[in-house]
Order: sequence, then C-alpha cells, then structure tokens
Amino acid sequence: MNKELLIKNGRVIDPANDRDEVCDVLIVDEKFAEVGKIDRQVDNTIDASGMIVSPGLIDIHVHFREPGDEEEETIASGSAAAVAAGFTSVVCMPNTKPPIQDETDVEYIHRKGRQSRKTHVYTMGSVTKDRQGVELAEMGFMAEAGAVGFTDDGSGIQDPSVMLRAMKYGKMFDKVISQHCQDDSYGKGGAMNAGYHATVLGLPGIDNLAEEAMLWRDIQLVKKTNVRYHAQHISTAGSAELIRRAKKLSLPITCEVTPHHLILTDENCYDYDTNFKVNPPLRTAVDIEALKQAVKDGVVDALACDHAPHLQSEKELEFLSAPFGIASLECALSLYVKALIEPGIIDWPSLITMMTIGPAEIIGIDKGSMTIGRQGDITIIDPDAEYIIDTSKWFSKGRNCPYQGWKVKAQVQKTIVGGEIRFQM
Amino acid sequence: MTTKKKSDNFIWRHKHLLGLRDLTAEQISYILDTAQGFEQISTRSVKKAPPLRGKVVVNLFFEDSTRTRNSFALAANRLSADVIEFTKKTSSVSKGETLLDTARNLESMGVDIVVIRHSAGGAPKMLSRSINACVVNAGDGYCEHPTQALLDVFTIRKIKGSLKGLKIAIVGDIAHSRVARSDMWAMTKLGAEVTFVAPPTLIPAEVKKLPVKVSYSLDEVIEKVDVINMLRIQFERLGGNPFPSVREYSHYFGLTAERMKRAKDDIIVMHPGPINRGLEIESEVADGNNSVILEQVKNGLAVRMAVLFLVNQAATTQQ
Amino acid sequence: MKTILNTEQITQAVNDLADKICKEASNGVQVAAIGIRSRGEVLAQRLTHVLTEKLGREVLNGTLDITLYRDDLNSHSADAQPQVRTTEIGFNIDDKLVILVDDVLFTGRSVRAALDALIDLGRPKAIRLAVLVERSGRELPIQADYTGYIADVEPDSHVQVNLIESDGVDQVVIE
Repeated sequence: MNKELLIKNGRVIDPANDRDEVCDVLIVDEKFAEVGKIDRQVDNTIDASGMIVSPGLIDIHVHFREPGDEEEETIASGSAAAVAAGFTSVVCMPNTKPPIQDETDVEYIHRKGRQSRKTHVYTMGSVTKDRQGVELAEMGFMAEAGAVGFTDDGSGIQDPSVMLRAMKYGKMFDKVISQHCQDDSYGKGGAMNAGYHATVLGLPGIDNLAEEAMLWRDIQLVKKTNVRYHAQHISTAGSAELIRRAKKLSLPITCEVTPHHLILTDENCYDYDTNFKVNPPLRTAVDIEALKQAVKDGVVDALACDHAPHLQSEKELEFLSAPFGIASLECALSLYVKALIEPGIIDWPSLITMMTIGPAEIIGIDKGSMTIGRQGDITIIDPDAEYIIDTSKWFSKGRNCPYQGWKVKAQVQKTIVGGEIRFQM
Repeated sequence: MTTKKKSDNFIWRHKHLLGLRDLTAEQISYILDTAQGFEQISTRSVKKAPPLRGKVVVNLFFEDSTRTRNSFALAANRLSADVIEFTKKTSSVSKGETLLDTARNLESMGVDIVVIRHSAGGAPKMLSRSINACVVNAGDGYCEHPTQALLDVFTIRKIKGSLKGLKIAIVGDIAHSRVARSDMWAMTKLGAEVTFVAPPTLIPAEVKKLPVKVSYSLDEVIEKVDVINMLRIQFERLGGNPFPSVREYSHYFGLTAERMKRAKDDIIVMHPGPINRGLEIESEVADGNNSVILEQVKNGLAVRMAVLFLVNQAATTQQ
Repeated sequence: MKTILNTEQITQAVNDLADKICKEASNGVQVAAIGIRSRGEVLAQRLTHVLTEKLGREVLNGTLDITLYRDDLNSHSADAQPQVRTTEIGFNIDDKLVILVDDVLFTGRSVRAALDALIDLGRPKAIRLAVLVERSGRELPIQADYTGYIADVEPDSHVQVNLIESDGVDQVVIE
C-alpha cells in the first residue's frame, strides 16, 4: 500500500517550476507525485484553502551549538524550532566546540539530525583547522561525508593567501565556500557599527569597511579561481553594490541577507540591550534601503536568519562583553514578510524563491522545489494570520530575541518533511 | 557671594546619575546649585554632615582609579554614609558571575547607592535596569563620566559666573575619552561653544553629528578660547599607534608655556588628572596661575556630595 | 486669613528683640546674628542692623542652611523636596554670642537642626534663640530666649511671615 498525502486548494507557489496557482499537491511514498488539479479521494487530505503551499523552506545559516554549547541549543531543540518555523532543511555552521573539521564531525551532525526526526539537518565544514585561518581543514573528507560547503563563519579568513589556497583546493570538490566577511584590522574588538551611535554610546565600532574590504578581496580571488563563493549575511550598502557588480561580471558569487539587517539599525543599541548585539553589526537606515533594493533587484540569492542562540546569563553581560548573536529562527518568516512583503518590495513568489530554490542551489541540494520525484517537503503558510512573538513558547532554547512582543503576520500552519507532518499549529 | 535663587518647586527625580546626555540644562544647573551648598562642609571644623546617615554606599570599581574612588568615598563619608569598597578586575569570561550577579549580591546586603566604574560603556545603565539601589556612574568605558564633567562646569561657572558664550577647547584623545563626551554634553547644554582638538586618528566616528567644532590645530585654537581642557593621553586605551611618537604628539598638541603666551590672559587651564607632565601639558603650565587643576579636585568633592545627596533624595521621594 | 502684625508692628518687634539682646550683650562679648534660611535670614539682617546701632559696635551676620540636618530628609512628600542651599557664615563662631534667628517657633524641629548645624561649625560661647513669632505646638524641648510676638492660634492653623526682602510685603498672617 502506498503512503499518500494530498494537499488541496492551496495557493501553490513553486518558483523553480514557475508555478503560482490555486491547485493540489500529491505526495506518494515521501516524494512529490503530482501537482495540479487532483480529483481523486485520498485518505490523508489537508485542506489548504486560503493558505500558501510552498516547497519546504530552507535556511542555510543557523547555529545549533552542538557539539560544545548544548546549554544554548541542541540539534534536537534547533530542529524542533526549525519545523515550527516552516524550515524543512537547515545548514548548521561549523563554529562549534570543537569545530566541524573532519568527516566524523560531519557524520555526528547528520546522525543527531536524523535522530531528531524534524528537519533535514545539513552542515558546512570549517575551511581551516580549528578555524584559525592558517592551515586548511580536511575539506575532501568532509565533502565526501556530506558537508554542503565550507566556512570559518564567526570570523573571516584574514590571510588572503590562505583564502586563495582554500578556493583553489576546495574547487576539487565543487562545494561552495562561504565567507563571513570581516577584516579584523578594521574592527577588532568592536561591539557595534562604527558611527554616530557608537560614538555617543562610547562603544568601539566595527567599520563597514571591515566587511567590504574582505568582500572586495574575495571577489578578486574568485575572478582568479572561479570557485563558487557565497557571502554570508551582507550588511552594508557597499557590500550590496560589490555583489551587484560581481554578478554583472557573471562571477559564481551569491549572497544572503538576514532579517535583522533588513529591520534593525544601530540606533536600536541605544539602551545597551545586548539582544541587539550581532555580528555583522546592525548598520544604518541607508544600508537597510540598499539591502532592500538589492533584494528587489535579485542581487540577493537567499534569506538566512543566522539563528544564534545564547544563554540569558551571557546576554546579561555588559554590551561590550556579551556574545554576538540574535535568535530568530522561529519568527524568521514573519520578519521577512514584515521587511519585504508588507512594504511592497517583493511579492510572495520572490520571497519563496529566496527561501527555497535560491538557498538550495547555493549549497547544491535537490530541494527547494516541488519537482516530481523529489522529496516531499512542504510548508503551508497562512499569509494573513497575525500573532505576537513570544519567545517563552519557543522550541529553541534561545531567548536572545529583540523582537519579543512584536506583532507580526504570516504564520506557519504545517510543516511536512518527506510526506510526514512534522509540525502543525 | 550670593546664591542664585533656585526654583522653589524643583523636584529632583533621577535616582540614577548615568550620564549628562539625557539631562536638561536646568537639571545640570540644579546639581551645580546644590553642590554650592556642600562646599562649606569641607572648610569647617567638623567636616561631616548627617544627611546620608544609615545609608550604605558601595564603591564598585571594575577599573583602576584612585582619584575618583577616593573622592566618592570621601564625599559619602562626609555625608555620614557607610562606604563599602569593592574593587574587581573585569573578567572577559562570558560564563560565570556577571556584573548583575555581583550587584544583586551587594543589594542583598542592603546597599542604597552603587557608585560604579566600569570599562564597558553602558554598564551603569544596564545595572540601573536590574537593581533597586541608586546607580551613580563614576565612568563607563568611553561613554560618560558625569561627575567629572559636572565638576568641570562647576569650576568654570565659579570663575566665570556662567558658561554662556564661552569658547572651550577639549584637547587630546577624544575618541577614547568619556570625559570629553560628558564635558561636551554639559558645556554645550549650558551654552558654551566646544571645540575638540586632536589628530584625526583620535577623533571619533561621525563627529559632525555632535554639537561641537573640530580642529586639528591647537595653534589655531589656543588664541580664541576662554577655557582649555587638556585630556590625559591614556596609553592603556590607545592601541594601534594613533600618533607616531610622544615627541611628535607633544609638539602639535601639548600645552606648552610657549603656546600659553598666545592664549588669553585669563584663560582657564583644566586637566582631569592624573597628569602626564611634559606630555599633554608642561609642568610650568600645569602649576601656573591659569591652572585650576587642584581647584577641580576640590570641587569634585562638593559635586559628588551633591550627586549622592540628590539621587538618595529622588529614591526617597519615590517611595 | 487674619493679619496679626503689619509693617510697623514687625519693625517694633525687631526693635524689642534688639533691646532685650542688648542687655545680655552689654558685657562686650562679640555678637553674631545667624538667620535660618530663608526668612530667618532676612530677620537676622534687620536685627544685625538694629543691634549694630544700639550697641555701637560691629555685630556679625550670617545665614545658616539647615537642610542637611533636617530630620525629614528620608520621609518628605512626593511634591516637595528640601533643597540644599549655601550656609554663609564668613567668620569663626568660636566664643561668639550667637543669636539664632528664625521667623516662627512652632515644632522646634528647625531649631534642633540649626543647633546641630551650628555645633558642627565651632564652639560658640552661647547660643540664644530669637524668633519673631512664637506659637504653640512644640514637639521638642526647645524654647525661645527672645520673642517678638506670641500668637495664640489653633493647632491646625498656619502662621505665615512675609517680608519685603523675600516676599515684597511685610506682614504676619494666620491662615
């Protein structure tokens, strides 16, 4: 007997297959079997009238803190949060303790992900040993074990010769190299965006040049190596411009933007609330405008929330010593809607592109679309449902969320992974 | 000497003194007026008055300081408060006892006023959100040092009568100076025109948005100003070699006897201390007739007594 | 509201106070009239003037701010806050005959505070209390040495002294 699941009457948005219409989706044996008008009776039927039916959402930039900081998040808690937020695939960053830097580490993440039975858990591997930016990590073994890319996220690779070597060597395995662009010589020790507010608050700043200088450098290296390169969480107008120009040259370069860099500015740091301390730092209204324009113009390939949970006690530290990071996975979709759809910058199909097929292509996985035969991952969204963000109800352990108490729109109703309902309201 | 008549119905409602940025000119003047009433305590036979009797003041210093810590301790003692000294090196370990833990512990001991010095900007503000005691900022990172600025403007006002229209230069490491920031807020709110004088490497980002002028030349500024405040070059905070050498810095930005010759006769020379003699200021100038450096220290005591008195008054008013 | 003293009567009362003080000060001791802020300050100035004439020698004058010595600093109401002003006594009070001057003697609490404040300034030969108006309602064992006028008032009524220097008019009223 085949296992069937039918989703009826939803607005099916599948950008990869150029589809945006009210119709039905049938999943048979965990895979997409049919999309269109389906009249036959199926025991397991979901009525999705008034809902958006999207390919399962993908976030290629999360920190689940395991191994090493399980008190902040685990792969189990993070995965539960992911499906509650509509994400059927996530990519963990390798800056754990110890970092993900060989095939055993990669397999560990995969195993923990499978055991959680929530979302698909992928991981990137470190580019360099212990993320020191000096010697290359075993990229080959990690790629074979299933790492979807490489990054030293948390810091940028400072030495250009190391970055060049990583690109050249990494090219053998055809995985993306992701960079947290930050040249420490422009902002080491900084706690927030270098600018008026940092001056008044008496906090050391991180100049926008820190990001842009490294991004510019990396673009030159891509020109030389033609390796697939991904700029993580770009935060400045200058970065958006650099990516825009690189794309005009048809370089294999992609980038992502976080919700906080589309919504919050350095002015939010005014009360020294450490929930606004994040890296790259919150920038200015001018940067937000430029990033939104970049999203509108298709310069941005993926939306990723850089979910970075921390202990409450750590966020109770002085702004200067508190760790960087915002936990926002569980409200990410609503934040994008607030930043991009409500002001009319883009429409739902564009948003879903950047949350499905866009990120899937960056990391090279067969997901993010409802193409027949692919794994049946679906997110059902009520686009008009309003709710209040309440971190105390989160599956994630992170409470370091500056959006607590915000009233937002668009709620995930059901999250289906491989034909199985893993979350429902 | 006559006292300016204070408004009779003025009520001080700030149980914390975190910075001067958020205070109005009227509120700053009120602190200065109140401080006048405390000056005589230090000159009479019994140098003590009873208004904080039974209150506990803790000097919570996470950063080295002799002058400010002693000044606050003496001020509290003169108002009959009990003073606990609590000195601790800040730890960069992110998991462990936090500042808030420390403060909550102290509060359990019944502390009424916490005087805090911390290397992180915003630490006093954060503390004030989490405990019931009054919080007085004794310097946080390079954000603010309100009592230093209050004693600076108190000293100027005492000599000049008012700050309205005065031209004031603040010279030195503006970027890393909490004194410069607090001075700027206090002086400009009270009507003075402030010029920051420093090499561009020691000027903070987006200074254009601040209510000050900027000059890179002490020689151009020296002739025009009524007051000059020479900041201490703080080697421990500088980092990154912002000027090539002490010799070259002193040459361009040091207050030398030679430069003083071109200053107004009645220029007031200030320095928040401790002085690097021969670096930012020559001994001859620091000890000269125009220098009010020791006067500043004396006034600091009156200002800090006033601040401790007022925050406690606000705390008891709210009850 | 009832006026109990007008300009002439106030002047007369100050004169009477001066006369009484002169008797005690006839031995040549140095006299200092110290007024309690704010209306005691004005009265002390007037008294100093009259005493100087009558004694034919210099009488010192000063002003005492008692705020720091008040016993209600930690229990004042939310809409009135005691304000600290300056104490202006430009001489050493040691061995002087200090005439402490206030407008109304009521509970005695201000005088208690003033005595503590004075003692912190030095050791006078003696301290005498001179008030323009004395009324009932003492809460402390304090009495005036020299009284200008004794007012017979209800416990809940208020005696208000207005003086030209501070209020633009000389009058004492019961409210």
